[in-house]
Amino acid sequence: MTTIHDVPQGETKLAYDARRQRILDCIALKQPDRMPVVLYATFWLAKYGGITCKELMYDYEKTAAVATRALEEFEPDAVAPLVQITAAGRSLEAIGFKQLQWPGHGVGDNQPFQYLDREYMKAEEYDDFLFDPTGYYLRTYLPRVASAFEGFEDLPSFPGLHYFRLVAGIRPFAKPSVKAALQKVIAAAEEVETFIGHATAWNRDAAARGYPLINGAVAVSPYDFIADYFRGATGMMKDLFRHKDRLLALLDKASDFLTRQTIATARASGQDIVQIPIHWAPDAFMSGKQFETFWWPPFRKMMMGMIDAGLVPMPLWEADCTKRLEIIRDVPAGKCIYWFERTDMGRAFEVLGDTVALRGNISPSLLTTGRPDEVDAAVKHLVDTVWAKGGNLMLDAAFGIPDETPVENVRAMFDAARRYAG
Amino acid sequence: MEMNAREEALVKHLADMEEDEALEIAKAMLLEEGVDPLRVLELCRTAMDMVGKRFEEGEYFLPELVLAGEMLDTIGAIAKPLIKTAPGEEAKKLGKVLIGTVHGDLHDIGKNIVTFMLDINGFEVKDIGVDVPVATFIDEIRAYRPDVVGLSGFLTLAFDSMKETIAAFEAAGMRQDFKVMIGGGQIDETVRAYTGADAFGVNAVEAVSLCRTWTGVAA
Repeated sequence: MTTIHDVPQGETKLAYDARRQRILDCIALKQPDRMPVVLYATFWLAKYGGITCKELMYDYEKTAAVATRALEEFEPDAVAPLVQITAAGRSLEAIGFKQLQWPGHGVGDNQPFQYLDREYMKAEEYDDFLFDPTGYYLRTYLPRVASAFEGFEDLPSFPGLHYFRLVAGIRPFAKPSVKAALQKVIAAAEEVETFIGHATAWNRDAAARGYPLINGAVAVSPYDFIADYFRGATGMMKDLFRHKDRLLALLDKASDFLTRQTIATARASGQDIVQIPIHWAPDAFMSGKQFETFWWPPFRKMMMGMIDAGLVPMPLWEADCTKRLEIIRDVPAGKCIYWFERTDMGRAFEVLGDTVALRGNISPSLLTTGRPDEVDAAVKHLVDTVWAKGGNLMLDAAFGIPDETPVENVRAMFDAARRYAG
Repeated sequence: MEMNAREEALVKHLADMEEDEALEIAKAMLLEEGVDPLRVLELCRTAMDMVGKRFEEGEYFLPELVLAGEMLDTIGAIAKPLIKTAPGEEAKKLGKVLIGTVHGDLHDIGKNIVTFMLDINGFEVKDIGVDVPVATFIDEIRAYRPDVVGLSGFLTLAFDSMKETIAAFEAAGMRQDFKVMIGGGQIDETVRAYTGADAFGVNAVEAVSLCRTWTGVAA
């Protein structure tokens, strides 16, 4: 699959192609001419650009300008869709999104957004979700998580509507609650159109300047999908014991619909590398047996589906996943990027170096509190332990640049990459 | 601890995460057989010691701690109204811990698990919630007089909030009155040194062990 964007011309096309090739080489397990460095940042852009977190989320033009400035200063080999991952404020407001608190909505103007871990699906609702996922979304889940959908509780149950029952069955659409909700959802969708328009325009401009996109598409693992966005962290942990069979059935089902949705959205946006933030896989969060029972099988099935569709899964394995390395190695060689946060990259390279490209992982505590010479040394350490030994490493911070990182430390990271690895 | 077969079964079901079986026995003991509720809670503590040990040994993880907490809450809710305690007879606590998530950060999963583990290990714990302003920490500390203060935070912004909070303890002249431990997803030795905390822990068992050391309880 090729990315859609304004095809860069002349020298910028050469630069674009060279950068994109470095990423493709890493994925194919061929070491490129130099170690690629990725620019991924969210609220750090506010610090960098001297604007508030609220402006970053609400002011499309300012955000795009700051993002472009960072792009031109650091000249990364690939960049995240910087407007798309930050400037969602107006859309969140229009949809009445309840799962986040963001500047002006629960946190201060200069604070990042934060997810609210709550129980958004009750334990006794597994059967409803499994029987009719779409109906469960429409009438139960959506009104719970976004106020624009409040009123959808009154929608009809669609399976079973037929013939004259179908005619009579659409009566709920005439209810004031449903009509009001539909109007709000339409208005919210129009705001989201505007937001995505700005995000896409920035992505195209970045390409025209010679910078290819990475993690342009996003997905979620089946376990994290249910734990984070439905049952809540502790609800999910209890379900491992109390609702094991239903949970396994839902994980399997979610694996299928998440795969289909990921392929469809990646194709629609023309993006082939799919970022998958991983929250619940770390060593400390569950036993090896639980990981191999609940977490890994539905995720592996999903990754295989994505690979079959020509996509490149790029899980971001948060925290320390050292004990999982032998298990997550079970994917076809040359098809994935594994991005590690706190897992020792040298160890990851030993176990996975012949299977996946690697991304990461300069420590957040070092980047935020350390000195440029310490950042330089950390990059050199990664080069010595991974890149110099033939590893296909894309350098990045552990989960992108932490919000509070001094700009000189980011410069040190990029400079050190060029100094020690091309 | 000497146990009869039925008591042993309760402890085993609790420690093995067999919730239905454990609750059935506990409810029967408390509501039908007239077993002393303090005895039932003692059996629960024995089971929780086994859970904690299995956690330390890498057999159990967060899901087991969470389910153990639920089982204990359920049994405690039935047992506690049945306890006829004379004044001064409450079990002596090992020490007092005040815990909260620092300002700017709304995360609480880790903090809640640490609170639970300290509680079942015999500490008196006061949890003052999330996004706690520096002044609230100071006021709460003055009122509660803890032996240990736990600062929790998941986001990188918590590094500065923790540093600021600990600096405020110094400025208020109370820093020497208690130990400070920090914890959270991004916390490491670099952050400990940056914030001026006495120690950091990577999980709830480490928090318990720090508190034991500081309050002079044999580990």
